[in-house]
Amino acid sequence: MPETCVIVGAGHCAGQAAISLRQKGFDGRVVMIGDEPYVPYERPPLSKKFLAGEIEVDRVYLRPPEFYPEHQVDLRLGVAAVAIDPTQRRIDLADGETVTYDRALIATGSRPRILDVPGADLPGVCYLRNIADVTEIRRHMAEGARMVVVGGGYIGLEVAAVGVQCGMRVVVLEAAERILNRVTAPDLSDYFTRFHEAHGAEVRCRVAIRGFTGSDRVTGVQCDDEEVPADLVVVGIGIVPNVELAADAGLACDNGIVVDEQCRTGDPNIFAAGDCTNHPNPLLGRRLRLESVHNALAQAQIAAANMCGEAETYAEIPWFWSDQHDLKLQIAGLSTGYDETVLRGDMASGSFAVFYLQAGRLIAVDAVNSPREFMACRRIIPRNKTIPPEQLADTTIPMQKLI
Amino acid sequence: MAKITFIQPDGVAKTVDAEVGLSVMEAARQNDVDGIHAECGGMCSCSTCHCYIAEEWFAKLTPMEDDEEGLLEFAWEPRETSRLTCQITVTDALDGLVLRVPEQQI
Repeated sequence: MPETCVIVGAGHCAGQAAISLRQKGFDGRVVMIGDEPYVPYERPPLSKKFLAGEIEVDRVYLRPPEFYPEHQVDLRLGVAAVAIDPTQRRIDLADGETVTYDRALIATGSRPRILDVPGADLPGVCYLRNIADVTEIRRHMAEGARMVVVGGGYIGLEVAAVGVQCGMRVVVLEAAERILNRVTAPDLSDYFTRFHEAHGAEVRCRVAIRGFTGSDRVTGVQCDDEEVPADLVVVGIGIVPNVELAADAGLACDNGIVVDEQCRTGDPNIFAAGDCTNHPNPLLGRRLRLESVHNALAQAQIAAANMCGEAETYAEIPWFWSDQHDLKLQIAGLSTGYDETVLRGDMASGSFAVFYLQAGRLIAVDAVNSPREFMACRRIIPRNKTIPPEQLADTTIPMQKLI
Repeated sequence: MAKITFIQPDGVAKTVDAEVGLSVMEAARQNDVDGIHAECGGMCSCSTCHCYIAEEWFAKLTPMEDDEEGLLEFAWEPRETSRLTCQITVTDALDGLVLRVPEQQI
């Protein structure tokens, strides 16, 4: 049994790892290092209820602050880890302190991809990843003011929905030919476009951003042929994994920190979990990096167990969700590589599911206000099951029957 | 505050002081109740805060919406008294509520 486990990072994954270490009965020292001043918190509400001002910060905490001293978790918050020395098993902190470990878990997560154009550092050009980002965005939010969202992905659309709810005039600018281009079928992109338009947002696709204009704060977004006025810009164009600490320590990185199915890096004392990892998924038969709460929590539990000497294996079907206005989107599986889609239900009713098939096998679902379709697919997908499309589409057949 | 008792998967009961206005899931999480995962953080999107409500309490709760019912149909071993704890708001009237946490969530 190791004596000291150090968790680098203090996000959702890191917090779960600390909880899991104690649940596993690990009674040695646990140190958690995070550059933000907050105890581990959930990020999903940041672009939803927390941005809308409906909940206070203490309601996004994974555990209340007192949990950590009560469970002998030594929190080092507001200080970044700057280097890991695998030979000395030592981590250097930005404040000059060092922490030694028997086992280390790298749960450094990811950060927003930066849109590198002129004017990118103007006040009012914001990103959304952490609590400080939301505080900054909210400083610029005002009824009647103009919000421009750059990027029609889930984060962008969630922010657009909150902007509209708060009485802002919202324009979504997307570089690709359709929003949600990377993740959904064209029909669904159309549906979400109409949905946001019906709520009062403007959605424009095939827009290339040349820069941001303004003198002491942003006043516009310069596109190819016009300038879109803006009092606030929120850029959501993807994330990049925080691999630098691992790479500098000599660990293999390739679109994420390379780990095996037990969350182990090439160093026997160092594990990695969450958004920052490139990991194998035996159910999908390939390596991937995921930007997902479910993955962060699942890998945290696997890593914690294995840091305590167990040999648990990660094998989960990814799942995601997004809340926009009164629409609940739940996604199971990854649709990449699909060759056929099947619609169940009526899009006009606002409650339907799109199934993604590959060579007849169900590989993913986008369920809109359809929890049964979502939950059923979480069970069906890992079984590599082939279900005739006409049965999937037939709403008179309960999903229970298709499992 | 309302006293809520969770019977955890190992059979050990944990009684917590739940703040009125929070969800029962949040009260469980704040007090590190075992077996309630609440992956989606209370958005009624995942079913991993499923509990069995003591029979005498079940009828006293606000009724379920369709999304909760849909998730519960596919939760791990659902029963007549199953609820998602993120969808139950703590009120003074719930003082004394007893719930059993299932052995697993999914």
